[in-house]
Amino acid sequence: MDVLLPRTLEEALEMKAAHPQTVPLAGGTDLMVDLNFGRLRPPSILDVSRLPELRVLSREDGHCFLGAGVPYSRITAELGEFRPLAQASRSVGSPQIRNRGTVGGNLGTASPAGDILPVLAVYQAEVDLVRPGDTRALAWDRFLLGPKRTAIAPDELIAGVRWKVFRGTGSFSKIGTRNAMVIAVASLCLVLDEDARQVRAALGSCGPTILRAAAAEDYLTAELRRAGSWDDPACRLGQPVIDAFAERVADAARPIDDVRGTAAYRRHGLRVLARRALAWALEDRRQGR
Amino acid sequence: MTAIRPRAGIGGVGESAPRVDGLPKVKGEFEYASDLRREGMLWGETLRSPHPSARIRSIDVSQAAVRPGVRAVLVAADVPGRPRFGLDVKDQPVLAAEVVRYAGEPVAVVAADSQEAARQAIRAIAVDYEVLQPLTDMEAALHPDAPRVHPGGNVVRDVRILHGDPDAAAEVWVEGYYETGMQDQAPLGPEAGLAVPAVDGGVDLHVATQWLHADHEQIAPCLGLPEEKVRLHLSGVGGAFGAREDVSMQIHACLLALRTGRPVKMAYSRPESFSGHVHRHPSRIWMRHGARRDGTLVVVHARLLIDGGAYTSTSPAVIGNATTFAAGPYDVPNASLHGTAVFTNNPPCGAMRGFGAVQACFAYEAQMDRLAAALYMDPLALRLKNAMRPGTVMPTGQVVGGSAPVRKLIQGCAAMPLPPEEAAGGRDPIRLPGGAGNTSRGEGLARGAGYAVGFKNLAYSEGFDDSSQAWVRLSRDGQGAMAEVKTAAVEVGQGLDTIVAQIVRSELGVERVVQLPPDTAIGSAGSSSASRQTMMTGGAVQLACQAVRAELEARAGHHEVPDLIEFLDSPIEAVRTFHHRPTRALDGTGQGEPHVAFAFGAARAVVEVDRDLGLVRVVQLAVAQDVGRALNPQSVLGQIEGGSAQGLGFALMEEIDLAGGLVRNASFTDYLLPTTLDMPPVVSLLVEEPEPGMPFGAKGVGEPSTVVVPAAVVAALRAATGRALSRAPVKPDDLVGLRTFPGYRPPP
Ligand SMILES: Cc1cc2nc3c(=O)[nH]c(=O)nc-3n(C[C@H](O)[C@H](O)[C@H](O)COP(=O)(O)OP(=O)(O)OC[C@H]3O[C@@H](n4cnc5c(N)ncnc54)[C@H](O)[C@@H]3O)c2cc1C
Repeated sequence: MDVLLPRTLEEALEMKAAHPQTVPLAGGTDLMVDLNFGRLRPPSILDVSRLPELRVLSREDGHCFLGAGVPYSRITAELGEFRPLAQASRSVGSPQIRNRGTVGGNLGTASPAGDILPVLAVYQAEVDLVRPGDTRALAWDRFLLGPKRTAIAPDELIAGVRWKVFRGTGSFSKIGTRNAMVIAVASLCLVLDEDARQVRAALGSCGPTILRAAAAEDYLTAELRRAGSWDDPACRLGQPVIDAFAERVADAARPIDDVRGTAAYRRHGLRVLARRALAWALEDRRQGR
Repeated sequence: MTAIRPRAGIGGVGESAPRVDGLPKVKGEFEYASDLRREGMLWGETLRSPHPSARIRSIDVSQAAVRPGVRAVLVAADVPGRPRFGLDVKDQPVLAAEVVRYAGEPVAVVAADSQEAARQAIRAIAVDYEVLQPLTDMEAALHPDAPRVHPGGNVVRDVRILHGDPDAAAEVWVEGYYETGMQDQAPLGPEAGLAVPAVDGGVDLHVATQWLHADHEQIAPCLGLPEEKVRLHLSGVGGAFGAREDVSMQIHACLLALRTGRPVKMAYSRPESFSGHVHRHPSRIWMRHGARRDGTLVVVHARLLIDGGAYTSTSPAVIGNATTFAAGPYDVPNASLHGTAVFTNNPPCGAMRGFGAVQACFAYEAQMDRLAAALYMDPLALRLKNAMRPGTVMPTGQVVGGSAPVRKLIQGCAAMPLPPEEAAGGRDPIRLPGGAGNTSRGEGLARGAGYAVGFKNLAYSEGFDDSSQAWVRLSRDGQGAMAEVKTAAVEVGQGLDTIVAQIVRSELGVERVVQLPPDTAIGSAGSSSASRQTMMTGGAVQLACQAVRAELEARAGHHEVPDLIEFLDSPIEAVRTFHHRPTRALDGTGQGEPHVAFAFGAARAVVEVDRDLGLVRVVQLAVAQDVGRALNPQSVLGQIEGGSAQGLGFALMEEIDLAGGLVRNASFTDYLLPTTLDMPPVVSLLVEEPEPGMPFGAKGVGEPSTVVVPAAVVAALRAATGRALSRAPVKPDDLVGLRTFPGYRPPP
């Protein structure tokens, strides 16, 4: 097995075009597991971990761009203001994994348990895909097609993700059966977008891919409007509204029983997380956090 | 200058001498079996059955044999000697011939130039299986119409113990039904070894094992070689915990090396390792306790069922332990204890730290809490009232001899400081149940504490003489006096090599101790199991040292001299064997004197539970342990902490998930072990009451914490949630009430 070592993105794209079967390796924290378990036998590996173009973090025109090769430890250190993103990054693996693992790799693997993916879903992020002489941007849900399936073409690489920065509170939470280094049994990302006056919620590990809880989002967006809460964060929502939101979040799940958890527990857990996440978001905006 | 003078500060007995293997291990310089390498060596790989029960119609190796780099492909017919192996009962095929009895059973082995080539060759072997309906339920195995896993039926061993009057009347009764899961030892070093063919037609096997001589005794007959032509050499062992008691790749590597005339290395991958060794027996336990209103225990009825899986392994001894310990470390005048180990088509189960005592403790300690509740009595007071002591007659009729400081342990454990209360709000969520998952700001938080007391036998039981031999040589060179020691005892990470050096330093008064590599050229040391090596090999080393010293003192004419080194013109050597006191097997009613000695332990767990999500943070474990005498206090604390971690894992997360005989989580992605965020600080108390007949009064210390911690953690969870929690590991579903188990049901 050959290892291709490009120095620039351009070189990498040429190599990828010339060897469409080659598999990109960023942190290797998913890929090496597949290799070790014999699930993958690529003719060659394309090491994209040294490409400076993929390690970019930038902000322009009210957007944030996060390079595909930025590891989680850098996200938690440098993007703390995007709280759900930082919380999701901190929940990934162990310190070693967070030093190596990247958002590009999380997208490339496209697991329904990828912890960054629900965050990208509520950020309505776009995935930048590059090929020699060309770039295209795909909405997160046009990129993620199903469990471990994406819309990437054989001659493309993921350059990074981009989202519109908005004001608002929110959080990412993940349930696992141990207190660290665990694959999500269920996860929830919730944001209250004050600019768009919209609630967005996404679920991980509760279906074949990341799910947005559309009915829950619409319900709560409307309830916040009805309560006048978008204008006045001090307005409180009644417990019945919080419960009804949580119920709708749980209903959005399409969970299964597997080794990591039961479908019944996943639904139950989502209901609890939704109640808590909403209470935190409301409390944080009241406090102006 | 190294003199011969017993003195403090030279790293002798009782000091926390630094580990002799510590630095190389920390620096990554220690050679584990998986690091073994030889010029021109081949790689061996194993084809395993994907079916838990099947008949082999045919095996076609022709495609595999012609692949590039393939040097040998062996099936059952290629085994030159005895076709089966096993620790005691030789019922396990070296390679399956006609039937496979569990998923993962070896069917063929390949040697090739590279591991990759060997793996591809394995895939090219075509086996035609007639798939049979597997027997995977341990209760179903007892049914007369159940399919027979072996021609002799499905009962591996049935143990009945009748004591006093089992029909004795009691004033208060409690009954319970309990289950425990299949835990894996999960040693970080998977099975590995290197077989090197020798010029004499024999073979030298370098291997990570727990007992060189038990391997040796099983390997040679299967190879069709006389014992002296098979030589075993210990390689670096990356943890064992019982997983290396049974033979894994040993015979296969030797067969391939002898066939090809080349060194052959085999090193299992992590998923394969789950098939490569036995596991902790899952259990189902029914118990009824009867007591007087004042809390005095009157009678215990217990029915224990354990799943031995497809082959015998150590199941007979494990059910022997579970049954003889079923009444707990208490004075119980009347009992009827009935244990059965059965065969199924699940993966074989055998030795794991705690060895039958863990399952029993989980049940009897839950019963003690239930009884305390029924009596409106403090659970510790109930335990203190009934605690075993020297002279207590156990249900087997064995009188507890030696030290048995059970009351001291209970009181000492309860007296250790509790962790401070912490406010729920305002914490970093990483310090709440759910940890790094950020699931809580303190909502649903409840704290609970629970206790458990338990015990474990030390060394082998029921009439077994697991002696150990040691060779010691004292000599002098330009740097002064030096002692060399050789045994066949295995350092599995428990710290044995350090203890041996300490004993030599104390007995001979020399600082410089050189340990020769363990192999089968010396007599057996017995297994690094059953918490026995410090006592047994430690005992042999002590005897050999004493013999050497006696000779030296004789040379000195028994005069007081400042330094005996001047009498060491020629070296002195001695070989000695240490035997523990004899034990007696159980008779038809379970009476006998089965155990050598006991180590007791008491644990307190303090937990926090997120009652809405069913997530857990263990806040503190407090363990009081009966250690006889701590020969290396730091090492003892290490054993207590490690054993506690393994117990915590058993209580909360570690379980091999089986579906129809297939392992669904054969990787560390889904077989979860506790991380540093799951494992709390452990506070320990060492109770030192010397054990007669053992070197320096030491007791083995490896297992008691693993025995008591699971029961204590689950007791604490019960206290925090008010739920019955009759199964370990406890799942989030149990803690939020999505899954419940029967409180009691009639035993089979
Ligand atoms: C011990 C352990 C714990 C883990 N814990 C978690 C966890 O808690 N949460 C979680 O979500 N994940 C977890 N993971 C999985 C993994 O760490 C993450 O998915 C991580 O984001 C993968 O990033 P990587 O850079 O290592 O990807 P790699 O392994 O390098 O690549 C993964 C996939 O993405 C493709 N790829 C990578 N970069 C690009 C690119 N620029 N263009 C196109 N394709 C690309 C690769 O070809 C491959 O198919 C864990 C893994 C391990 C080993």
